[in-house]
Amino acid sequence: MKSTLTRYTPLLLLAVLWEIAPRLGFIDPQTLPPLSAVVRAWIGLLRDGDLATNGLSSLQNLVAGLALGIVVGVVLGISMAWYRPVEVLINPLIRVLYPLPRSALIPVMILWFGLGAASKIAAVFLGCLLPVVIGAFNGARGVEQVLIWSALAAGAKRHQVLWEVVLPAAMPEILAGIRNALALSFILLVAAEFIISQRGMGYLISSYGEGGAYDAMFAGVLTVSAVGFFADRAYLALMGWALRWRG
Amino acid sequence: MGISFREVSHTYRPPRGRPVLALENVSLDVREREFLALLGPSGCGKSTLLYLLGGFLPVEAGTITVGGRPVSGPGPDRGIVFQNFALFPWKTVRQNILYGLEKQRLPRAAREKRAQDLIELVHLRGFENSYPAQLSGGMKQRVAIARTLAIDPAILLMDEPFGALDAQTRALMHEELLAIIRRTPKTVVFVTHDVREAVYLADRVAVMSARPGRIKEIVDTSFGGERGSEIAGTREFTEKVEHLWGLVRNEAIIAQERQGS
Repeated sequence: MKSTLTRYTPLLLLAVLWEIAPRLGFIDPQTLPPLSAVVRAWIGLLRDGDLATNGLSSLQNLVAGLALGIVVGVVLGISMAWYRPVEVLINPLIRVLYPLPRSALIPVMILWFGLGAASKIAAVFLGCLLPVVIGAFNGARGVEQVLIWSALAAGAKRHQVLWEVVLPAAMPEILAGIRNALALSFILLVAAEFIISQRGMGYLISSYGEGGAYDAMFAGVLTVSAVGFFADRAYLALMGWALRWRG
Repeated sequence: MGISFREVSHTYRPPRGRPVLALENVSLDVREREFLALLGPSGCGKSTLLYLLGGFLPVEAGTITVGGRPVSGPGPDRGIVFQNFALFPWKTVRQNILYGLEKQRLPRAAREKRAQDLIELVHLRGFENSYPAQLSGGMKQRVAIARTLAIDPAILLMDEPFGALDAQTRALMHEELLAIIRRTPKTVVFVTHDVREAVYLADRVAVMSARPGRIKEIVDTSFGGERGSEIAGTREFTEKVEHLWGLVRNEAIIAQERQGS
């Protein structure tokens, strides 16, 4: 109880500061509206359905891009570790693409897939792909030989070994890769929505910002941060459960 | 099932560096239901010989037959126990033991029954739902033995199975292994560098030379069929240990000198 309080004290202080600094004139309320005004704007967004429409749109694209990135990433990463030709083919591409800022791909996606959901999903997918591929590759490559031999000696076929030994053994690194992907997916989606301004939380933030409704803009920023934070917490809990065998 | 090695050689080809001749012209017969120990200094290729027999490494030169049929890959007729247990860490004790049984197409009830019997056999009742990370080294190795016994292999391959355990646990595991083999007789090939362990457990001890591994001498340690604590204090036991130690010692020195140079 006490540790929870200690942990959230800085946040509480920040909230208080956010409220009083603009009110006392330390900060221009145009630059930073007081927290209470942001909360009021948030309730307004909730009432008129802005938050629901844009939030739902963002959530759909995020889940689609992330899910695609996880599935393709795991398959690709494990194939690379298991089949030498796949590694020879894919590994250099990953090395080249790794330092590329992921958001630089958004205009390319728009060129290929147009100004719509497909481009947003593609941007999230591509951004999430690399951390998952790398996690799955390292995890699968690090599988102890004796585990594979034990399965073969028990009568497992080669494809069964992949599913029953390599995948679970690689799971810690896969899940760590997915956690990175989760954080990246928020960044990429919001960035894509800034550019493809139709709907979504990024669109909500940028359109209110451009319209001068800064309290609503901050309400959007706060919402995205909070969802990102809780998504990470929930993911960590899930990860802890999935890896409970690590003792 | 009897095992026969004929002129088996094996070369390791590391991705970088020179190929290493690990085994050279090994010929050896293991009789059905015999307990044979492969004894030698570390790096002599005794584990390689076991992995070839297990079918984990391809036989490139010579032949290995099991029950008259050449080895062409791993199979449930040859169960293996590794030094570092090789348990599936994401599976519980019960799930680890069930793994092999699931591959045997047994009905579910029969599988559960057999798993429970094995858990009793290796004294792990109460730990069925524990994960390997929650067990001591000795318990882990008992799970690994149970998992291997579950599929009832005719041949038990053991790769320094007690090497990672402390002396007391190892002594207890020796007794347990002998008790298990008394109940379900098997052909055992047991790799070790521990001379006393080899004499204590095995019917015959095959001493291997420093790399490239060859069979240097085979010593009968059957003591008229008696094993373990029945023989441990006897004069014959001490003599066998000393004789074997002399053979291994020379090879260990050769191996060490070569490493140093």
